[in-house]
Amino acid sequence: MNKVTNILIVGVGGQGTILASKVLGQVAQGLGKEVKVSEIHGMSQRGGSVVTQVRFGEKVYSPVIGVGSADVILAFEKLEALRWLPYLAPDGVIIVNDQEIDPMPVITGAADYPEDIYGALKTVAKTIVVPALEMAKKAGSAKAVNIVLLGVLANILNLAQESWLKAIEELVPPKTIEINKAAFRAGFSFE
Amino acid sequence: MKKLLSGNEAIARGAYEAGVTVAAAYPGTPSTEILENFVRYPEIYAEWSPNEKVALEVGIGASIAGARVLVAMKHVGVNVAADPLMTVAYTGVNGGLVLVSADDPGMHSSQNEQDNRYYAKFAQIPLLEPSDSQEAKDMLKVAYKISEEFDTPVLFRTTTRVAHSQSLVELESRQEVPLKDYVKDAKKYVMLPAHARLRHPVVEERREKLAAYNETSSLNRVEPGSIKIGIITSGIVYQYVKEAMPEASVLKLGMTYPLPQKLITDFVNSVDTCYVAEELEPFMEEQIKAWGLKVIGKELFPRIGELSAELIAQKLSGQDQSEVAAAGSNQAEAIPVRPPVLCPGCPHRGVFYTIKKLQLKVTGDIGCYTLGATPPLSSMDTCICMGASIGNAHGMEKARGKEFVKNLVAVIGDSTFMHSGLTGLVNVVYNSGISTVLILDNSTTAMTGHQDHPGTGLTLNKQEAPQVDLVALVKALGAKRVQVVDPYDLKATEQAIKTEVEAEEPSVIIFKRPCVLLKGKGPKGCAYVDSEICLNCTECSKLGCPALVYKGEGYTPDVNTTLCNGCGLCNQTCRYGAILKEDSYE
Repeated sequence: MNKVTNILIVGVGGQGTILASKVLGQVAQGLGKEVKVSEIHGMSQRGGSVVTQVRFGEKVYSPVIGVGSADVILAFEKLEALRWLPYLAPDGVIIVNDQEIDPMPVITGAADYPEDIYGALKTVAKTIVVPALEMAKKAGSAKAVNIVLLGVLANILNLAQESWLKAIEELVPPKTIEINKAAFRAGFSFE
Repeated sequence: MKKLLSGNEAIARGAYEAGVTVAAAYPGTPSTEILENFVRYPEIYAEWSPNEKVALEVGIGASIAGARVLVAMKHVGVNVAADPLMTVAYTGVNGGLVLVSADDPGMHSSQNEQDNRYYAKFAQIPLLEPSDSQEAKDMLKVAYKISEEFDTPVLFRTTTRVAHSQSLVELESRQEVPLKDYVKDAKKYVMLPAHARLRHPVVEERREKLAAYNETSSLNRVEPGSIKIGIITSGIVYQYVKEAMPEASVLKLGMTYPLPQKLITDFVNSVDTCYVAEELEPFMEEQIKAWGLKVIGKELFPRIGELSAELIAQKLSGQDQSEVAAAGSNQAEAIPVRPPVLCPGCPHRGVFYTIKKLQLKVTGDIGCYTLGATPPLSSMDTCICMGASIGNAHGMEKARGKEFVKNLVAVIGDSTFMHSGLTGLVNVVYNSGISTVLILDNSTTAMTGHQDHPGTGLTLNKQEAPQVDLVALVKALGAKRVQVVDPYDLKATEQAIKTEVEAEEPSVIIFKRPCVLLKGKGPKGCAYVDSEICLNCTECSKLGCPALVYKGEGYTPDVNTTLCNGCGLCNQTCRYGAILKEDSYE
């Protein structure tokens, strides 16, 4: 039985994780495999912690990824990377966007934003820190952070660029196709 | 060619392929996208009704008129629609009628996690439970056949993980189904006691026929495996079972009411130990045990929240779950939670800031503004169900007297007011209450993703529609003290609330300002802080705005320029004028 690949996309409501998962879902589908994508909509979207689960392989049953079984965690925000760390498989990789967004308990002073998150991540997993906001701005728009991160993911998964670029073309607003393609390429060639 | 569709998209597609021509719903997570998807299928008339009861009544009318109909709602919406549901179960249908109930185990976006499968048993109508998107589409088409063959509405129950998970679906073409003849049949559709007494035996007889049908229905299947362990399951839990226990024998039930007694008995007898794996209530288990069969269910599996493949594996392998939980929780303690919050620029924020400042009691309601309950705004005392705020406020007054409600407001959104706030308000007027009702009118149904309603002037298909005049409406209901206030104006907001809570008669303040996420409707500009002037008084932090961060020296705020949209609230909270606004900020 072929292994199922499990990818968790985590971030903060409004960061564009849903579009990223759409692109990833379409790419996975194009590989001729079974794919399941699970999202939570509704209340949690309002600036809350959000997660999309993408699973693909020969046969996929549950749409939900269990603790300790994500091959890659694609984190749009540092604290969210730390929050979902228990879901990473022992030999998994964390791709983390170098961005901090304070949750409300930190804003109100009820809690502190954890220090040295990268230290905590690196002690347990291969961690790739991506200055995605800078890279997105260079590509032409701060909003392309999600596509930069997908570029990094595509490289980690050892997948060719073509199907990703095609999915991006089909799924992003027409005016932003070139910016998003540039963002993807920047992510793909990161490191 | 297969397409990646969510359960909700697949249900819309299934309705299209099944020849449905009418659909109605009120938005509610996780059901909303079903109706939104009908925009793709112009062959189907689809509408947002003001609430679930109206949606089902529209569906029943269309069915009696001969059309195939789909009605969709979230689990708690079925409570609102329960009145017509219980009686259409008696009348039966003409064109096929399917009611989709999207349940929310785990309460990702709901106020309870009721198990709506009991509605099928309560109404004695067939219940179908798909486990992925392909099944959602295929089973929906079967549901229409069952509905018409057995003259019954069908309850089609999904859960969040089916509704919002995407999987591959084979698309097929639409089967055009002509309208069935309309024939007046008062004995079937006019439920006078004399007629209803004739229908009840029909319902009982129908249930027996459905049970017999279900014995051999292709909706159910046995997947033979080890005879040591057998598992009876349905819906999304089937997927968890297959993932967790690939070697077990499985009885996968697609139609879970009325249950097939012989099929289940044979399966239980074919294995050494038989389990019933189902989320929430022991719905199947109770019936199976009532037949005297030996199965293990809720002795092992929780009645609370979602199940998962891991949980099933742990329970069936006898592994101590507390150990697994402990491994993950070590770290979790130090990680600050990230609860949902009102967006930067949200027009509700100024109202809750003012309520907190005036230290008012608040009977709340369902919508984005329920987030006014969370810190630092912390301004909500009750939130029960759609429309409850106004009745709750009136009840408090009748229990404790007028003085008690002179520092109390009922808070309700525009869409929720249309859904079920009108009757609450007319009751206050009728029974000489003095409630102060704040209608937070952001011109949309925001929480579920911006659906239109009778107050927005647009239909589901974005066609122009007559727009309800809220001021005229509440005046017509008998409220004489009515005013419209801009919630971005904190002074006016405070003044209006202070005046109206003191009034000895019903009053309504309509806080009108479009949701900040509506395209082209938001404010412009960006705030900035002059740290030379700022005295670190922290008044602005009481807004709970995610765009204001306090990481500098002392408590000097800093503005997150990517989040701020220049609503101007923080500028008004600063009595020293330290927060300024750049209008042309890009």
